[in-house]
Amino acid sequence: MPATVQDLVEHALAVSTADDCVAIAHHRTSANLRWANNTLTTNGAMRGIDVTVISFARRAGGVSTGSVSSSASSTDQVTAIVQAADAAARASDPAADANDLVTGVVDDRWDGAPDETDIHVFDGFAPALGEAFERARAGGRILYGFVDHHVTTTYVGSSTGLRLRHVQPTGHYACTGKTAYLTESAWVGGATRDFVGVDPLALEAALEQRLGWARHRVDLPAGRYDTILPPTAVADLMIYAYWSAGARDAHDGQSVFSHPGGGTRIGEQLVRPEATLFSDPAYPGLECAPYTIEEASGDDSSVFDNGLPLARTDWVRGGTLAALRQSRETAGLTRQPVTPVIDNLVLDVAGATGSVDDLVADTERGLLLTCLWYIREVDPQTLLLTGLTRDGVYLVENGEITGAVNNYRFNESPVDLLRRFSHASATGPAFSREWGDDYFSRTAMPALRVPDFNMSSVSQAT
Amino acid sequence: MAGVDPAFTALPYRSLGDAALSRTRELGVSHADFRFERVQYQDVRVRDGAVQGASDTEDLGFAVRVIHGGAWGFASGVHLTTEEAVRVADAAVAVARLSAAMTTVPVEIAPEPVYDDVTWVSSYVVDPFAIPLADKSAVLVEWTDRLRAHRAVDHATAVLYQVRENKYYADLSGTRTTQQRIRLLPSFTAKGSDDARGVFDDMSSIAPPAGRGWEYVAGAAAEGAWDWDAELAEVPDLLAEKLAAPSVDAGVYDLVIHPSNLWLTIHESIGHATELDRALGYEANYAGTSFATLDQLGSLRYGSPAMHVTGDRTVEHGLATTGYDDEGVATQSWDIVRDGVLVGYQLDRPMAHLHPELNDHRSNGCAYADSPGHIPIQRMANVSLQPGRESLSTDDLVGRVERGLYIVGDKSWSIDMQRYNFQFTGQRFYEIREGALAGQVRDAAYQATTTDFWGSMEAVGGPDTWVLGGAFNCGKAQPGQVASVSHGCPTALFRGVRILNTHDEGAH
Repeated sequence: MPATVQDLVEHALAVSTADDCVAIAHHRTSANLRWANNTLTTNGAMRGIDVTVISFARRAGGVSTGSVSSSASSTDQVTAIVQAADAAARASDPAADANDLVTGVVDDRWDGAPDETDIHVFDGFAPALGEAFERARAGGRILYGFVDHHVTTTYVGSSTGLRLRHVQPTGHYACTGKTAYLTESAWVGGATRDFVGVDPLALEAALEQRLGWARHRVDLPAGRYDTILPPTAVADLMIYAYWSAGARDAHDGQSVFSHPGGGTRIGEQLVRPEATLFSDPAYPGLECAPYTIEEASGDDSSVFDNGLPLARTDWVRGGTLAALRQSRETAGLTRQPVTPVIDNLVLDVAGATGSVDDLVADTERGLLLTCLWYIREVDPQTLLLTGLTRDGVYLVENGEITGAVNNYRFNESPVDLLRRFSHASATGPAFSREWGDDYFSRTAMPALRVPDFNMSSVSQAT
Repeated sequence: MAGVDPAFTALPYRSLGDAALSRTRELGVSHADFRFERVQYQDVRVRDGAVQGASDTEDLGFAVRVIHGGAWGFASGVHLTTEEAVRVADAAVAVARLSAAMTTVPVEIAPEPVYDDVTWVSSYVVDPFAIPLADKSAVLVEWTDRLRAHRAVDHATAVLYQVRENKYYADLSGTRTTQQRIRLLPSFTAKGSDDARGVFDDMSSIAPPAGRGWEYVAGAAAEGAWDWDAELAEVPDLLAEKLAAPSVDAGVYDLVIHPSNLWLTIHESIGHATELDRALGYEANYAGTSFATLDQLGSLRYGSPAMHVTGDRTVEHGLATTGYDDEGVATQSWDIVRDGVLVGYQLDRPMAHLHPELNDHRSNGCAYADSPGHIPIQRMANVSLQPGRESLSTDDLVGRVERGLYIVGDKSWSIDMQRYNFQFTGQRFYEIREGALAGQVRDAAYQATTTDFWGSMEAVGGPDTWVLGGAFNCGKAQPGQVASVSHGCPTALFRGVRILNTHDEGAH
């Protein structure tokens, strides 16, 4: 009988000769469909198991570690991983991030088999997609897009008694629509945990509406504009700010969150007092692992922290920098609470109500974006980012969408935007176009209106 | 040439491949291929004299890809048994059947000669996976100690990423290939600040990632070692100079760009723009399309007559270099831009079939999957700007500039989704005044539209200025895949390019 994933973890712990051991096994399943030019292009269904063994060796001067990962489906394969990790630990110098391993937490679902997905998660979506291609073709539109669903079941065991099991569904849908001469482009997309209710015909209809807005085209020069960023675009920018909010870099004087002269800016008023940026493993719709899982140590993460419980953490509270991403090591360095990374992100603006449509209705003359793209850091001093608009920049006049405008390259800092926004909507699900595919899809954001968004140069891309 | 790792050749890929392909033949598919891979990664990260983290990862598994009923089907697995190989073959055919309903254009692929049981190994001297981790860590630790000995350096980091990639490919036509590639990326960064001025900054090594072994770090120059001592000696002073440098005046400048920066501009504005799947729209939902559409082949003025760009998967030590691609195609070398005009694209077998005029109804070998669980897609070949036939040196090019900037090392990059508008920064920018360098400036970025930029290229340096640079982690497609790719180029001179002051961009 083939080994269960739990067997692989227990076997790793049993055969390790190190002083302590953590074994992390991910049972991964996924399925996807991709389309372009109104036809399916690629598809896939993948399954696999990868196991990481982290060995800890006590020695003079502290504790040293070794981390080895491999795809594995048999106990023999796991034995090879363990031997390599044990040897790596013995050959390493004492670790700077050493701390006592977390003990004794046992999930009551530890014995549960892995949850899975496969190509049949699209059984409802797929035929409707074929109909959507027909509808698009009949309407002179061309569709391109992607649906992706992952279910990963992670088992974490340790020689100190941890037995944790976490199921993580992750998925998204996205569709770009272009007009037949490829002169206009629009996009809709969102995150989903189960593909229930994801309707390609509804997406096609939304794209038809947005391409309709683009029938009247206006060319506007580079400059600063009153701009409405929908939740998607806010997610694009806030995720980057979160990734830049590591305690180590701030402590080292190398980030926008460093206090000039030394230390971090924790405790300082950084942005508008209405803004609160936080993570919470239990946030409805964005649920994620309620404990730390780390395969290798980094600037703000430590293999010694595996199993540390996670709870709601405010990164910015009422406009004040409240916390940075920490390991126990950096928390000691910075003399701050232990606030490790959590796999979701939420921005709330106190008192904000309504939707992006309400922000549009309130705008005399401005731009409504669809999403941002190719976002890269230009200047870490202010966290200045560059990127592009894409797939719909719409002109708003007297509260109505009156046409589409050319695309732009922007240069803006997400930290500075949180100081300058003039209006916000209520917070809702927000899928980051830039980061959501591969890196970070569990976000909830408001739409934000910024009176002077820096459209630095015109992009002639369509 | 080193041989294929015996620990790989001991794995049962031949019998699994036979089982999978037999099953697909039984099911009546029109094409099937089997790809078995073991990819090993080792990452080492050092900070301020101590190893921060090191990890070893191995990805082992196989995949079956079929064309059945005019549609693609793909499935992968990790259990190394013939039962699992048959199950995966069945799963791939099941996916093809589901996909047929949504596939309006039947899939066909361009033909390729059969290569019956060939082997290829990349060019390196010392397999880095044979060197003890402690030895490699010690080198990186020493680098950070040497950097921090300088008063301008507050913190120093160093990393070493290594990959050993083994693939076995077999298809129903009879091709069987067994290959091994080694590549690595060593790098260091010095960080400092000037509290009085209220600025912080960093300066990194400009050594490119390479299809080389451990000799690149610790060997002799004759073996292909990079000159780490020279970079370690100069970087701290360069960092100090950058921290004290004046802020650039925004405006229009002539630029002399060193290969350590220009490779990335080539990657973004030529490499990606000439991937045919981009020009055909397959990437439209993700990275976008290309302005270099197929109807402009042979007529699009991409740049000045000095512009000669080639694509290849054959240059020694190239990160995209291999013997046979992931569709069983023998790798090649071809022109992409000649005398400034677009003349070629990067292809795989499906696209070569759709456009047989491009390469005599043959793929030019750009199919690649980054793991056994991912499908092969067209990935960038080594795309390189050829040096000029005159032996112009970097000094010669600088000497032609009255007022300009000399740019060394890559940093941030960004380009729009049709590959027009781009913006780049760099490790260091030097003022040029009347043909000579006049000290660093800071806060600079260059921004341009692709064909305007390459159209402003007045001259390229000679072969002595040519360096094979590259990217270790280029991302593409949905689901996302990673590939490594090299770009060779000389130093080059560009007239009249827009320079932004990034500090002013953020002010309001």
